[in-house]
Amino acid sequence: MKQNKLITFLLVAAALLVLPLLLQQGGNAWVRIVDMALLYVLLALGLNIVVGYAGLLDLGYVAFFAVGAYLAALLGSPHLAEAFPFIAENFPNGLHLPIWLTIPLAAALAGLFGIMLGAPTLKLRGDYLAIVTLGFGEIIRVFLNNLDRPINITNGPKGIDRIDAITFFGFDLGKDHTFLGITFNSVSMYYYLFLALVIVSVVICHRLENSRIGRAWMAIREDEIAAKAMGINTRNLKLLAFGMGATFGGVSGAMFAAFQGFVSPESFSLMESVMIVAMVVLGGIGYLPGVILGALLLAALPEVLRHLAGPLQTMTDGRLDAAILRQLLIALAMITIMLMRPRGLWPSPEHGKSLDKPAKNGEPTA
Amino acid sequence: MDIFLQQIINGLVLGSMYALIALGYTMVYGIINLINFAHGEVLMVGALTSWTIIGLMQSALPGTAGWVILLVSLLIAFVVCGSLNFVIEKVAYRPLRNAPKLAPLITAIGMSLLLQTLAMIIWKPNYKSYPTLLPSEPYEFAGAVITVTQIFILGATAVSLAVLMWLVHYTRLGRAMRATAENPRVAALMGVRPDTVISATFVIGALLAALAGVMYASNYGTAQHAMGFLPGLKAFTAAVFGGIGNLGGAVLGGILLGLIESIGAGYIGPLTGGVLGSQYSDIFAFIVLIFVLTLRPSGLLGERVADRA
Repeated sequence: MKQNKLITFLLVAAALLVLPLLLQQGGNAWVRIVDMALLYVLLALGLNIVVGYAGLLDLGYVAFFAVGAYLAALLGSPHLAEAFPFIAENFPNGLHLPIWLTIPLAAALAGLFGIMLGAPTLKLRGDYLAIVTLGFGEIIRVFLNNLDRPINITNGPKGIDRIDAITFFGFDLGKDHTFLGITFNSVSMYYYLFLALVIVSVVICHRLENSRIGRAWMAIREDEIAAKAMGINTRNLKLLAFGMGATFGGVSGAMFAAFQGFVSPESFSLMESVMIVAMVVLGGIGYLPGVILGALLLAALPEVLRHLAGPLQTMTDGRLDAAILRQLLIALAMITIMLMRPRGLWPSPEHGKSLDKPAKNGEPTA
Repeated sequence: MDIFLQQIINGLVLGSMYALIALGYTMVYGIINLINFAHGEVLMVGALTSWTIIGLMQSALPGTAGWVILLVSLLIAFVVCGSLNFVIEKVAYRPLRNAPKLAPLITAIGMSLLLQTLAMIIWKPNYKSYPTLLPSEPYEFAGAVITVTQIFILGATAVSLAVLMWLVHYTRLGRAMRATAENPRVAALMGVRPDTVISATFVIGALLAALAGVMYASNYGTAQHAMGFLPGLKAFTAAVFGGIGNLGGAVLGGILLGLIESIGAGYIGPLTGGVLGSQYSDIFAFIVLIFVLTLRPSGLLGERVADRA
């Protein structure tokens, strides 16, 4: 039995390592899709801490993604030097901070924003919390969109471009590299980086889940008053959940900025937040394999199908273009999956039992 | 002073549309505790349906009076939206009545996305100019201007609110709705059919949304597949602001939100010396909401309810 597990593990690991090399043959677009899917897995894992473990419905999660992305963009592009003369005097080509500084800063700043959002909302019940977090996300987006004047910080709707690619000790992920006669292009290098981050995050989440903190979060999710009565400091733990979740968002934001080389407020709309919530819930809320499955499915499947659906487009004289088709598929997937598997595609075997118990007074918990 | 009055009028017009939409959210929430994310899209379908009907009538029966066309298109929008919301509830929410809490929320989001996409396919994604059917000369009123469309919006809102209040408080259906909201199982024991009541609630909400959609389109003169999103979001904010589940709260929240937004948009520029402009008007709603909810976690008129886990 144990040997079987080891073999499966090795097979999966090998498949994951070879995957980009195979996809590379079909064009970089495919590797890109997988890269983005991995970023979404990171985001979904972060949101899962807030929604899945602590049971706090956050509809503005993309704000933290945006904070991380914009921080990385500002620190890694010439934009600040162009906008502020005093920076230009000291750093004529822009700040170009190394990745070792950008990532912790992005994580810290996003975490701070998470706590800032958490603090005033501690008293709110489920759906009230949902609308406040949603509003928070919109506030961040509107500011990103409009902070190009009076002082040009975010460059407004035009966004910030020429962001540095990630560089480790002079090893530039933005260029192609050749090892042992195999050429790894930039998107494949990012694939390995994101894969490593996802693995680290899964380990962190898994350890959190089984820790004192994780159990306290689940206690709060199941019944906040009872949790309080058991001596759990619900205030600090809720803030911690917001902060931890936001940190994940901030790191993936920084990755996103470096990967794309460009950020604009468009990438951080409410729809993105909603999609991340949908990934968590569709996959299996609070359960790591489920969350990963949900994220991969919603991020990658529509893109893959969209590449395959060219003929449909010509059949419907362009009405069903790629973007519309993708939306249609996501919408249909969300509805049918939830109708057929209300607890998610791969629900947690033991946790979340109380989520589907009938509520008191026989009220439907729709 | 006249600018102030003008902002008040604009705010009331905007607020009454929010109020109509917010009622749909709040009634559904009061009965089945679901945030019906697809509600804004029902509004959009209403507006686009009426746009199609207006176009058809204007080409088929030229010379018909503007208000007749508007009325007919409104009635057809009522029928379409009512049936649409009836079907949505039946297909997407009813099977999940006893599912985990987040499941119907996700189908609601999916429905919203689906309706937007379908509208994009049916009506094409471009902006359509919505014709002005009511007389376009505005009235002067103590230095402020008000258009006939705006008067129509205020009047129609007042009438529909009165009808709704009568329906909820003085009819059999209204009593059944209130009973179901309080406790569906006991209501069922008393001979109420919760399924029928819930369907009726969705249909009524859809009628209000269709009305609001036609108003929105005629006030701004455009209609498009994504037009339901922002008013839907604001109206939901209004419903929470007033205390979700509470009809009076939804109306109060909607009107206050409209006033805050238009007065805020009118005065923020001069007040901050031009640093913040009216492009921030979309977030006043949320900033006020966050403040109000910090002080009153259940909204302005919401009752303090114990956490039901």
